[in-house]
Amino acid sequence: MSAHTSDDKTMSVKLIVWRQKGPNEPGRFETHLAKGITGHHSFLEMLDVVNEDLIKQGKDPIAFDHDCREGICGTCSTVVNGVPHGGQERTTLCQLHMRKFKDGDAIYLEPWRARAFPIIRDLVVDRGALDTLIQAAGYVSCHTGGVPDANAIPISKPDSDYAMDAAECIGCGACVAACPNGAAMLFAGAKVAQFAALPQGQVEAPERVAAMINAMKECGFGNCTNHYECQAACPKGIDVKFIARLNREFHKALFKAKAGAFIPLVEGE
Amino acid sequence: MILDGKAPTGPIEQSWDKHRFDMKLVNPSNKRKYKILVVGTGLAGASAAASLGELGYNVEAFCYQDSPRRAHSIAAQGGINAAKNYPNDGDSIYRLFYDTIKGGDFRSREADVWRLSQVSNNIIDQCVAQGVPFARDYAGYLDTRSFGGAQVSRTFYARGQTGQQLLLGAYSAISRQIKMGSVKLFPRTEMLDLVVVDGEAKGITVRDLITGEIRVHTGDAVVLASGGYMNVFYLSTNAMGCSVTAIWEAHKKGAFFANPCFTQIHPTCIPQAGDYQSKLTLMSESLRNDGRIWVPKKKEDCTKPANQIAEEDRDYYLERKYPSFGNLAPRDISSRAAKEQCDEGRGVGPGGRGVYLDFRDSIKRFGENVIRERYGNLFEMYERITDENGYQVPMRIYPAPHYAMGGLWVDYNLMSNLPGLFVLGEANFSVHGANRLGASALMQGLADGYFVIPYTIANYLVQTKPGKVKADHAECRKSIDEVKGTMKKLLSIQGNRTPFEFIRELGLLMWNNCGMARSKESLTEAIAKIPAIREEFWKNVKVSGTGAEFNQQLENAGRTADFIEFAELICRDALHRDESCGGHFRVEHQYADGEAKRNDADYAYAAGWEFKGVGKEPELHKEPLKFENIHLAVRSYK
Repeated sequence: MSAHTSDDKTMSVKLIVWRQKGPNEPGRFETHLAKGITGHHSFLEMLDVVNEDLIKQGKDPIAFDHDCREGICGTCSTVVNGVPHGGQERTTLCQLHMRKFKDGDAIYLEPWRARAFPIIRDLVVDRGALDTLIQAAGYVSCHTGGVPDANAIPISKPDSDYAMDAAECIGCGACVAACPNGAAMLFAGAKVAQFAALPQGQVEAPERVAAMINAMKECGFGNCTNHYECQAACPKGIDVKFIARLNREFHKALFKAKAGAFIPLVEGE
Repeated sequence: MILDGKAPTGPIEQSWDKHRFDMKLVNPSNKRKYKILVVGTGLAGASAAASLGELGYNVEAFCYQDSPRRAHSIAAQGGINAAKNYPNDGDSIYRLFYDTIKGGDFRSREADVWRLSQVSNNIIDQCVAQGVPFARDYAGYLDTRSFGGAQVSRTFYARGQTGQQLLLGAYSAISRQIKMGSVKLFPRTEMLDLVVVDGEAKGITVRDLITGEIRVHTGDAVVLASGGYMNVFYLSTNAMGCSVTAIWEAHKKGAFFANPCFTQIHPTCIPQAGDYQSKLTLMSESLRNDGRIWVPKKKEDCTKPANQIAEEDRDYYLERKYPSFGNLAPRDISSRAAKEQCDEGRGVGPGGRGVYLDFRDSIKRFGENVIRERYGNLFEMYERITDENGYQVPMRIYPAPHYAMGGLWVDYNLMSNLPGLFVLGEANFSVHGANRLGASALMQGLADGYFVIPYTIANYLVQTKPGKVKADHAECRKSIDEVKGTMKKLLSIQGNRTPFEFIRELGLLMWNNCGMARSKESLTEAIAKIPAIREEFWKNVKVSGTGAEFNQQLENAGRTADFIEFAELICRDALHRDESCGGHFRVEHQYADGEAKRNDADYAYAAGWEFKGVGKEPELHKEPLKFENIHLAVRSYK
């Protein structure tokens, strides 16, 4: 990753890629050569080159998820040399360029691996569990219409900035893939923290954190044991302090529940 | 046929309120009997699905992405306009209405633009209530900034990620309805056909992108919010999956396509570097506040490092040609000016397709820290892509296809000429005319979804019996057979060229002949060449794998086939519109200073095209545009 290949020269790299036809098929590594790559190719453009070649040879191209290719939609999701998104700081895979590699490098490509993310094909996984977490309570329950004027409730700039820091999450799931426990606590923590910092989110705060923690368990996500791998892998630099906030909000909810203020009832807690 | 937009008459200020009262309502207990299909989950689709679900309708929502949160609305950077007048600088609904009509170069429908301006304020209220963290000042109130085409500060923003935050707001609203069971979500599902029964839209045929299953969903109304078609140029700022397919298939089933030639080319994008390139990346237009745009005066200087070119050998062409607006000239003017310099052989960077955006003077004046504070994330992004440090050497920029003002024709109720088919957001044509102003796309998507369709769809539904068409209807079976036939054909050709190769060829032709500057010759040439690309595609495309599996190449092939057919329509529309206006620039029609020369006497209408068969000339239907409140005038920003 420290290599620096000039944009004018071309290079070849060896890809060792995870291939798997479907969720219930056995997977294996397959080796392909990417030739004629310049430093200006993005990682995904390098994969495009390999795929065009495979199609011409009548072979199955490598399936990988991607869409905006500008680092904001959160679709791309490949583990490169053991690191989700390839390890350039605050960078999604689509914005990682091949100049970070050198001629002759061997590069391992794997899908996000987590219990909650079944493999669909090759490097493509099903991240529907993240949607399930948001559906559990990752919202403010307001209807369209009938809300107060936008300036009716002032929000302090530090609170607003803190909420924005949390809201920058792109929902790619790299945090889950990087976590030895397959936990989604950075993802859930960022959402809980965003709303906990805002007056609009206060009303349902205890119910929200309880429901999201419940849903994490149901979806098969693990728990946080403070490895901080999630923060290191996060292409948006979401801070682990939001996990601490998640825990704090959860404990606040437990106290409220004990006092009879609401009934969250997370099984086993 | 003369198209009737059914815009309300009377004073514009009361038009929407009066129309809302005049429309029929669906009784609350009857709403659950109606099923509405919503295609696309960006700002328009997600907000529509959520709002309709809240009202009690049965909603099914479809997106090709793995989650509604990934729709390309997410990539919008700058902000969203509203006529709140919070800064007390003279803004009003009428001023936003005026600016939008003028910005669109007088090719939009007045009543629609009035409504958009009126509900813009509700959007900001709604988003704040959802927890969207807009920028605020130290007193805790909402901050705004200025944007192109306006003299007031009315743009609300959330750092450089306004689209992301607004989409996540709409995504949270639709997620809540999914949880409550009123909206059923179908991710990784692509619409491939519209089912029309007795002239009304009653269903869609989709492909499950994981299993490959082709099936029909029937409903009482269909809402298309499937976005724009700028990937017809192949390289654009759109996401890779953005396609014309949903609206093109609806067009082939009878929906009129309006003003397809109104396309927006954004001036500040990172230039293309090689043939392998898959997309162009936009950098916020705000950079033009502190950066100066120039090219070398002498062609032989173009290959020299920028810092070795003396001050007197630099041509700050925007400052020279547009002294009052300078580097902040409007988008279409700036884009065309950059192209001219490069066409003259004075472009810089790979292929001579780039101009400098130079921060040297601003850094000298304010210091690097100030520039870093203002634009640090953009400099980082630039370096990630180009490997160049924008603080030390000038950035290189070039215009790129960005936004489609054209789309399916809709009336004031956002219903197409096919009853039951509604079209929202970038997919329709109505409010941006020939040119969209910055920070107006987000406004339109959310206006259509939150505040227009919930009212106007009822007016249609109340006149139709729920559940009229079942999945075993002959039209449904026919549609499935057609789609299956197309898939089978794509897979059976087994030629020598990949779908990528075809869309690249098409995109290059479109960019050269129907891009920033168009002429009768260039368009006639494109119309002659496109059928050959289409014929070769259907003889020589190579798609691997099968239809009954996750097959991204098959998806690409289908989208490419539709783009090839659609490209011909853009060119025909551009050829027929023998005037320049907004983003549509015909070199034959310009003033001495290069400004677009409109022809109101002959072209003050929306052009709605009716499909007559692949490769056949479409039929033109006109909707005359009346300007009763804002007088037709030459658009000038001098």
